[in-house]
Amino acid sequence: MYQLLKQILATGIVTEAAPHVDESLRQIERRFGELILNRFGRALAIRHVDAGSCNGCELEIHALGNPYYNLEGLGIRFVASPRHADMLLVTGPVSRNMEQALRSTYEATPEPKLVLAIGDCGCTGGIFGESYASFGRVANIIPVDVAVPGCPPPPVAILQGILTAIGGKDQGLR
Amino acid sequence: MGNAIEDLGIDAAPLPGAMPAFHARIAVDELRDVCGKVRPQKARLVALWGSDETTRGAGYALHLALGLPCGLLWLTVALPRAQPHYPGIADLFPAAGRMQRAAYDLVGIEPQGNADRRKWLRHGSWPDGVFPLRKDFDGASRYPLAGDHYGFVRVEGDGVHEIPVGPVHAGTIEPGHFRFSIVGEKILRLEERLGYTHKGIEKRFESMTLDEGAKLAGRVSGDSTVAYAWAYSMAVEAATRTEPPQRALVLRGILLELERIANHLGDLGYLGNDVALSFGFYQFWRLKEDLLRAHAELFGHRYMMDAIVPGGMARDLSQEGCKRLLERLELIRDEAATLKSIYDEHAGAQDRFIMTGQVLPALAEELGLNGFAGRASGIRHDLRVDYPVPPWQWIEPRIASHTRGDVAARIAVRFDELAESIRLVRAFVRQLPPGDIRAPVAACDGGRTGIGWVEGWRGEVMVALDTADGNRIHRLHPHDPSWQNWPLVERAVHGNIVPDFPLINKSFNLSYSGQDL
Repeated sequence: MYQLLKQILATGIVTEAAPHVDESLRQIERRFGELILNRFGRALAIRHVDAGSCNGCELEIHALGNPYYNLEGLGIRFVASPRHADMLLVTGPVSRNMEQALRSTYEATPEPKLVLAIGDCGCTGGIFGESYASFGRVANIIPVDVAVPGCPPPPVAILQGILTAIGGKDQGLR
Repeated sequence: MGNAIEDLGIDAAPLPGAMPAFHARIAVDELRDVCGKVRPQKARLVALWGSDETTRGAGYALHLALGLPCGLLWLTVALPRAQPHYPGIADLFPAAGRMQRAAYDLVGIEPQGNADRRKWLRHGSWPDGVFPLRKDFDGASRYPLAGDHYGFVRVEGDGVHEIPVGPVHAGTIEPGHFRFSIVGEKILRLEERLGYTHKGIEKRFESMTLDEGAKLAGRVSGDSTVAYAWAYSMAVEAATRTEPPQRALVLRGILLELERIANHLGDLGYLGNDVALSFGFYQFWRLKEDLLRAHAELFGHRYMMDAIVPGGMARDLSQEGCKRLLERLELIRDEAATLKSIYDEHAGAQDRFIMTGQVLPALAEELGLNGFAGRASGIRHDLRVDYPVPPWQWIEPRIASHTRGDVAARIAVRFDELAESIRLVRAFVRQLPPGDIRAPVAACDGGRTGIGWVEGWRGEVMVALDTADGNRIHRLHPHDPSWQNWPLVERAVHGNIVPDFPLINKSFNLSYSGQDL
């Protein structure tokens, strides 16, 4: 236990400042008023859905939880069920084998809800495109509020997308 | 060394390329005989796939890649156009079961005998009787989504009930379905159903040039992008008789070991997290982030995607870069050693790790467990050690192994490999030869073959390539080690409690995308 506590003290706090919002990532007109978005901004629950990705984007979503980005310190956390979520973070081209699961997850998420498409595949279909096995971009299946390109987008870009979706409210965030 | 193949009574020709490999055509009635002969010699089934040869005036073909002490033996079995049937081999090589089902779903070649013939990759996206990897199938075809009935095996008895999990999981992981049959908290049976991320990768390859395919190969399974890019490049270089420069080979070695270090760091963190030691997650992921940032700085990408290309490397490493990399790795090595002793002495964590999710060596051998998970269950195979071709022959990697086959053993092997990979990178950097990093790739006509075979962080990644005219791809099969290892997760959880499933699953950390294709 001594060694563990010593390691924590020696590490200190490595968390970095959160990025600013980027309105150019927005795909559709902002749908909710300040009141709702302010509430999201203080406690946002996200459900991640891999709709067919190569798992590259998942690596960066995992990295969002590391102490450099300290997502939970911003009041943002990943939840186990879409029924507890305010936002869906969707990766991958939507494989045809995942189409039904993605739709069901979207329907199970209570209104008001936000959708982020993550990565080149989620934004455009990427290198996999549309085919007998793939529907391509996420917006082909469910409405997307904000799209974050990149292969994969680094954690700070994903975080920027999340903050943009909840309305560009910098206040109250670290 | 070649005697093992001669004893089989088949006519095998050596294949050009970096790894020792042989190719032979056998008749369909020789298939079981050959498999029966190699099985007692501890041959491993590396991959099984199908191809459509009708555009070449033939029928279809079944392909097997077998791992033998002398190298990889690629067997091609011609099948007639009218009834492309072959005797199943899943009784000899259990790992073949799912691969046979996938080969039927995609190419329409059918195993006979008592083979499992349930669909595997198809789900409801295209109808039975339509085969996407046939040459007359248009990759842009759309079929209305149909119902997706699948016959799970039911466990019956007093107090048995089922827990269906997925495809959308509680954590941030890839999609797949797990059907648990349990009594109380105890798992009686787990049945996996995968294929959800099938996105037509193999069909995509067939519309690409050899040059274009490199980028797609690096996205078969994102966490193994280096291993796939190398295996793909190795296959293309074999088919086009290209010799990558020595400097490129050493750089590839560095990248592959960095990928291994990054993945082991991440998983060691999650394994702490899964036993409520979130300290481990934060510490290991801080180290992983430091390494990813070094990758971005030195190779222009946090996961080093697209750095390895046919002919060599797209990115070089400067002397200054080498120095910074070694400094970073030294810090990681020291901190990881501290974290290892904290894990080792943490009674609560060890209590969860030890004897959880055990795969004994006999079962691992029978089912063909490979990679670091295999090495944790006494399967002493590592391509870097078994076939010490350049660049491995210049640095002599040491194999990590364990025999208990539980979560703790897989953790021990990961810690050992982490330290060894850091040693290997240091050795590579010290002897990085000067010179070019990329050789021109010669033009290539149809019918050339090449094998890529690389020990990725998870296990053996194989790419089998058969070219078409004009530098294009006739058929390319990328094979992930997860094909072999997924069935062992079903077995590892027997008798364990449901809450230990995430821990056991993470200790293997298998790829969905890599096997769904």
